[in-house]
This record gives sequence, structure tokens and C-alpha cells, in this order.
Amino acid sequence: MSLVIGFIPLLDCASLVVAAERGFAAEEGLDLRLVRETSWANIRDRIIVGQFDAAHMLAPMPLAAALGIGHVKTPLIAPFSLGLGGNAITVSLPLWEQMVGEGATTGEFSPKQAEALRRVIAARKSDPLTLGMVYPFSCHNYELRYWLASAGIDPDKDVRLTVIPPPFLVDALRSGQIDGFCVGEPWNSVAVDAGVGAIVTPTTALWPLSPEKVLGCRTEWAERYPGELAALLRALYRAARWLEIPGNHAEVARLLAEPRYVGTSAGLLHRALAGQLALLPGAEPTSLKDFFVPARHQASFPWVSQALWMYTQMVSWRQTEHSLEHLAAVRRTYRPDLYRAALAGLDPSIPTTDLKTERFFDGRSFDPEELTSWLERGAG
Amino acid sequence: MSEAALRILLVDQNVTRASILEEGLREAGYTNVTVVRDMQNLLKRIVDADPDVICIDLENPNRDVLEQMFQVSRVVRRPVAMFVDRSDADMIKAAVESGVGAYVVDGLKKERVKSVLDTAISRFNAFNDLREELERAKQALDERKVVERAKGILMKERSLTEEAAYALLRKAAMSDNKRVVEIAQAVITAAGLLR
Repeated sequence: MSLVIGFIPLLDCASLVVAAERGFAAEEGLDLRLVRETSWANIRDRIIVGQFDAAHMLAPMPLAAALGIGHVKTPLIAPFSLGLGGNAITVSLPLWEQMVGEGATTGEFSPKQAEALRRVIAARKSDPLTLGMVYPFSCHNYELRYWLASAGIDPDKDVRLTVIPPPFLVDALRSGQIDGFCVGEPWNSVAVDAGVGAIVTPTTALWPLSPEKVLGCRTEWAERYPGELAALLRALYRAARWLEIPGNHAEVARLLAEPRYVGTSAGLLHRALAGQLALLPGAEPTSLKDFFVPARHQASFPWVSQALWMYTQMVSWRQTEHSLEHLAAVRRTYRPDLYRAALAGLDPSIPTTDLKTERFFDGRSFDPEELTSWLERGAG
Repeated sequence: MSEAALRILLVDQNVTRASILEEGLREAGYTNVTVVRDMQNLLKRIVDADPDVICIDLENPNRDVLEQMFQVSRVVRRPVAMFVDRSDADMIKAAVESGVGAYVVDGLKKERVKSVLDTAISRFNAFNDLREELERAKQALDERKVVERAKGILMKERSLTEEAAYALLRKAAMSDNKRVVEIAQAVITAAGLLR
């Protein structure tokens, strides 16, 4: 069967590309037709109207659709994670210099960095800094906000947060339209490589093994084609396992570098796959632990606890209100049951539980049993 | 609304494409067109132009920028019509029917422009009415909760029945020329201070 799948040109569309190009989909009897899209809004619309069978989505997107935030309410599901991590926070070189002046150090990923930023902001008084991210319902948005709030910076009052599509971020940083951004690779490295940005921190230093993208589809589609969906999950799982083998990174990078996929330098993509990022222009690459994780550490499993954390952020930042009905919709959207059914026998380490505790850099942890206290305590 | 009176904001960074679209709109009788090529200060441009409808190319990644602005600011929420060069009529039809947006196929065909702009606006209004209704319903519910809490405080502190507590709130509201919910909120605040 032929499946039409939408994607956005980013490092973590790799499993889809490898599944299509390296025969993993064909082995499952699937013909994947990958369609490159230009905006997350288009991805969502084309999923909703049924032009895409499934798509590369920001992990909170299926939740936003299921809750009907800002758009038509449509039940979507997320049965598979397309990888963990892969994001970073990058600032302009002038801002980085100011942060260094306030105690930030390259490669020292600690709460000191955000505290340095807070002091820079305090000294500016008027004229707030502008920071870019790619979509309101994205882990980038929630990670950036969490990081700012951890140092007492109010993301809605002390800075301006604005959405800028990934391909425009580097130009926006160069022209001074924005002072920094949070985005997935390769765009942080593109900014460093172009000599306009410094990587402050990978977001995996803020939240180790954090979710990022999922495979999303309509609930109705999944119910109509359960066999095809299971076959797709198996193909993606095999592709993810294959692409994280270091010996295959060069080939994956070459594939992704093609204009019909990500279309940026293979060298930068290779470094991101290997977790070797240059943090400053001209600097030697720094080795980042578990920077982009496509398969190991149960990376493809759709943890309901992560969906619940994203929901607490949606509530904290007033994108939606808490209700038991919303909570039930969130739980219905992430589908570890479909993952288990499809991958039984293939993945020897499938978690038997749907929930786990998430730990953050500031010492807080999110235990789904304590959901209510996170909702009440609010952001930051 | 007549074509000439409809205020249209056209968002496109591509100069050539923007002028083709603008010309197409003018030919179709829409003369009140503002073109935005610079994405900086888009929010302000929308506020200044106060358009009836915003037109953007489906292939323009800045769709995501517009969506965030609508999320953040109710003032700038506007109907969006999208232009598509893909000749995929089925998708367009499905999109319009499901309410995800209104599309013009194949750039700008005069005869399509009017119906698409009309659809975008009516879809938006229907969706917006629904949203406002929800917001009003939620506000009413919140207000009822506040009144309930204030009644509870009065019943406990002054050993009143529920009816008497409410009558007291209403009397205070009438004499102060305020809404019952405002008095109720004051009771809750005062009780918090006195605790």
C-alpha cells in the first residue's frame, strides 16, 4: 500500500527518509511517498483533510488538535516518537558576549546561563530581547519558556517570544530582528557556521531524553488501516535503529542533505547525528551526550507521561484550561498500546508501563502521579 | 460587502509573486489591498491595516507566524485565505468543507477569488462566534463559582442560610451600584486578608 507522509525539513525527519530510501518500508510492503512541507500549519491542515495519511509532527501538535486549541478540533493520535532531543538554544554573538560578561561559560550547561541572561535583561530595562521559536505547540516553545522561567525571567513579560519558521531564523538573527532562538538541528549549527550565533545549551541538558517529534495521524485513519499503521511503525523502528549506528551517519547525512529532504550541508547534519556540535564560530565540535536519540533509550516509545507534561505546559502558559475532559483527550492521543501491538517481538525492551518520571536540570521532576500539583503550581 | 470596500492584507515576501497576486486581486475588483513584504512588525501592520481578510500563499512558511499571532492576540485574529498553485481540487474542496481554511486554486482566477474570500470570512465568523460563545460560557461559570464561594464564607462567618447570604450580596451590590460577582470577589479577598 502506498502511504503519503508529510514532513518538515529538519534532522529528525531522518527515520522517515531512511525507511523510505533504505528499503525498511518496502520490506513491510509499504510504498512511502514523502511530501516536504513548508509550515506546521500546512502539515496539520493536510492531515485533517486526509491528504496526508500520517506526518512528522511536533510532539504537542496532536494534543493541540485533540483539544481543539486555536483550530478545528480533530482527534489525532501519536503512536510513535520520531526521536528524542535534537534542539538547542542559540543567541546572537553580541548577546552571548553580554551573557559571558554576566557569568555564562561556553559549554557549561548549568542554571548559571539563564541567570546570566536574566542579568543582561535587567540591565537593558526597556527594549526587551526578542527570542524566536517555531510554533506555539512545540517542545521548543515549552523548553525555552521553562529555561527562562527557571531563572525568574517571565517569558510573556520580560522578553518577546515570536514564531519564525526555521529556514528564516538565521537571517533574522543576523539582521537583529531576533536576539536568539530555540530550534532543532541543523539550524543552530547553521547559525554558528554562518558566524552569527553561539549555542548556549542543547535542550537535552535542560531535560535529558526529552520528546521532540512524533508520527501523527487521524484516529479515524488509524482505525481504518490498523495493519498498515503497524507495518509503518515497524519500518520506522528498524529505520531508527539503523540510522543511529555511527557507521551509517555519513550515508544518512548525505541522504538528508539532498534538496528534496533537508537540503543543508551534509557535514553539519553528520555532526548533529553524532552529537558533535560546534558551540561557537570557529570552535572545535563539543561532544554532547544523547543529543539526538532516534532509537536507543526506548526513544521511539510514546510515553503518556510526556504528553501529560506538555499538557501542564499548555495550561501553565494559558494555551488552554485544565479540565477532566481535556485530560482524558490528552491520554487518548498518545497510543503506547498501538506501539506495543505493532512492535511485540521486534523491540525486546518495550516498556510495560505508559508513565515515567521526567527529570529537569533545575532539580524538579515530573511524576505523573503529581499532575495536579504541577497544574496548580503553574509555570516556572 | 462590495469588492472595492473589502480591506485585504496580502502577506508575501516574494516581490514578484506579491505583485502578481495584487494585480489579480485588483483585476477582480478588489482595490483596497495592502501588501506586506517585511515580516518584522507584522502585528503592527495588521493592526494598522485592520483588514477584513488576510491572504497568504499556502507555500509561505509564515503561515505559522500568523497562527501564533492569532493565538496570542484576539485583536488581530482575521479570516485567512490561501493561494495554492497545486491543482489539487479535491484537497481544496475538502479543506473548505472541513473548515480548515479557504483556498484559491492556481494562483488567482478572477471568478474564484470572490467565492474564496467570502468563504474565508464566513468560516472565520462561524468559528469566532463559537469561540466567543465558549469564552462567555466559561466566564459565566467562573463568576458563578466566585459567588458560590462568597456565599459559603458568609454562611459560615455569619451563620446565614444560603438564601440570606445571597440576599446580602445582592443588597450590597445594589447599594454600591456594582455587580454581584464584584461584591463576591471583594468578600473572598477580605476573608483571605482576615484569615
